Amino acid sequence: MSAAAPASFPRRVWELVAVPVVAIILALLAGAVVIFIFSVLVSRAAFDPTLPLKAYGALISGSLGSFDGLVETCVQATPLLLAGLGVAVGFRAGLFNIGAQGQFLLGALGAVWVGASLASASPLLSIPLALAVAVVVGALWAGIAGYLKATSGAHEVVTTIMLNYIALAVLSWLVAGPLRLTNSPQPVTAGIGQAALPIIIGRDGHIGILIALAAVPLMWFLLYRTTIGFEIRAVGANADAARYAGMRPRSTILLTMALAGGLAGLAGGVTLLGLSQQMPAGYTTTVGFDAITVALLGRSNPWGVLPAALLFGAMRAGAGLMQIQAGVPADLVYIIQAIILLFLIIDVLLRKLPGLRAAKAGLVTTDAVTAPAGEAA
Amino acid sequence: MDPLISGLYGIPVLGLVFQLLGYVLDLLPILGQTTIAVAVPITLAALCGVLCERTGVVNIGIEGIMLTGAFVGWIVGAAAAELMGPVTPLPIFGITMPLLIGLVAALLAGMLLALLHAWLAISVRVDQIISGVILNILALGVTGYLNTLIASQSPPGAGSFTALSLPSTVTNLPLVGWLLRALFNQGPIAISTIVIVIILQVLLFRSRWGLRTRAVGEHPKAAETVGINVIHLRYRNVIASGALAALGGAYLSMEQTNSFQAGMSAGRGFIGLAAMIVGRWTPIGAFGAAILFASGTALGQAISIGPPNGQLGDLLGKLPSQFFDALPYVVTIIVLAGVVGRSIPPAADGKPYEREATT
Repeated sequence: MSAAAPASFPRRVWELVAVPVVAIILALLAGAVVIFIFSVLVSRAAFDPTLPLKAYGALISGSLGSFDGLVETCVQATPLLLAGLGVAVGFRAGLFNIGAQGQFLLGALGAVWVGASLASASPLLSIPLALAVAVVVGALWAGIAGYLKATSGAHEVVTTIMLNYIALAVLSWLVAGPLRLTNSPQPVTAGIGQAALPIIIGRDGHIGILIALAAVPLMWFLLYRTTIGFEIRAVGANADAARYAGMRPRSTILLTMALAGGLAGLAGGVTLLGLSQQMPAGYTTTVGFDAITVALLGRSNPWGVLPAALLFGAMRAGAGLMQIQAGVPADLVYIIQAIILLFLIIDVLLRKLPGLRAAKAGLVTTDAVTAPAGEAA
Repeated sequence: MDPLISGLYGIPVLGLVFQLLGYVLDLLPILGQTTIAVAVPITLAALCGVLCERTGVVNIGIEGIMLTGAFVGWIVGAAAAELMGPVTPLPIFGITMPLLIGLVAALLAGMLLALLHAWLAISVRVDQIISGVILNILALGVTGYLNTLIASQSPPGAGSFTALSLPSTVTNLPLVGWLLRALFNQGPIAISTIVIVIILQVLLFRSRWGLRTRAVGEHPKAAETVGINVIHLRYRNVIASGALAALGGAYLSMEQTNSFQAGMSAGRGFIGLAAMIVGRWTPIGAFGAAILFASGTALGQAISIGPPNGQLGDLLGKLPSQFFDALPYVVTIIVLAGVVGRSIPPAADGKPYEREATT
């Protein structure tokens, strides 16, 4: 920041979005190079320079090219947005929540359990109750990591990784055992019947989309207009200073983890109630890890997380068509995701590019994150 | 049954322990061998973590390096096999040229990925957790992408390394027979893993390199003052650690099985991380923790195949199989929480090192 007059609004916006936008463009270019190099394996004859265009064309028409595609983009973006907001809140408090995966799964299972138990009850009762349980279960699961961090300093990165795998085991045990639908050939829970989220748009555009959208301003308000939000940000900026100013970093850490887990649990709840409507024992998802990318790309700001989630929602929505039409495997999305992250963290080098000098760093740094377990607050 | 044994089994509560002991002793030859086989990839992942973190670099990308090692070893071996035509394997371990080429390629690929992490963590000084996440996502994407493309052509592959088979006079020896069988009725990667554990333990605590590595991980500034090049040592150790994790991956696709499946590392890199913590950042400790975790898995398998009789069988029968899956992670959290002894990482773990100005 210079002492000169404040820059114009568009200029300030550019300074903020420059690094993410450049990272996305570079990642898409790198993805095109990957498609081109391995086009030899797709066509099994020669390199095909048009394949990247074909693949991206299919990716775009599958996600944005039709009404159904647009709805699918929103549906795919919904859990990413909710879980991404959760990870972002964690970052603001200096916490690296790698456990969105486990929180998502157990939140989803909690919602399905309530939904299946109240399958024939009024949706006005069952849906709010199921979603509330999803939030609570996610919050409790993340709360374990928060509690351990606050009391014994156990590093939340390690504990949340461990909790992810414990969640997988708990899920598979409950679905194969106590919650199993009797007489089903595969271990799966009963369906949720009436507790399915109402469809508001298109084929499967469920009301969860609106819930996720509403969470954006709510989280922004919480972070930037309330005392709790101020404390979260203060603890993230400097836990010692926050303690000296009379705040209690330990309870803030616990609260933030619970909040992050609640959002990830809600993401699981709306996904299961809105889409698959029952929980198989082998349910897999990558939402928890995608949420990390979404939060980082959105600079841990709720208004930034929204476009980031939409971008990844669009890629997930279009990847299927890309695989069918161009023969390019949907796994390309992971490659692009990794490269976006790569460019975001080497922003130090990126900002040496002409025109990007004024750009702000691509990441909210989380110094507290890499502090060794023994020293953490 | 021996009256003494049935007497011991009859004691309330404590009898269950004796029953478990008897069950394990009966199955020891099989349990021991399975335990080592399951522990090998976990151990190699944990050694990768030990080497990185002792030197002051956190690496949660071990899972990705393993997956890459598994894929590259398998695919390069398959390509070499296709080029070289039929080959006769050596009489020991079933070693063939394509397999060796695949193995070397796997190690190089692992070191390359580790180099990326080293560059990001040491030179660019980015958040090392994010760098590890990138490694994992990148490996998942690239191996999945290529596997989808190649699987439609399904190359026959280069086969796999085979296990040693000790003569039955040795494995039937009293007292040590089962141990010899567990340790040596294994393939080449498994046997070398045990050797690597011992070598690394000695080197880390009894050699100049080991002292320097630990110094750099605990107090890099002090190390630099006495003339150790912190940056170089960190680079070398992190790159070498990539070969260890990749060896663990190659074990999965070239020794335990003879093919690659998408995502086949299946969380072993993270269990390795857990073994490293429970083993308190030492190679022997990590190996011990991996054995502990693996024996849970092996016992779980044994119980699901042939559960013990009587009281113990009733009790274990009620235990869900997922209990054994979750065990390593629960143990790790308990250790981290400081309930059973404290596990403390090297002091400079995860902190990028910045040289002070030299003038």
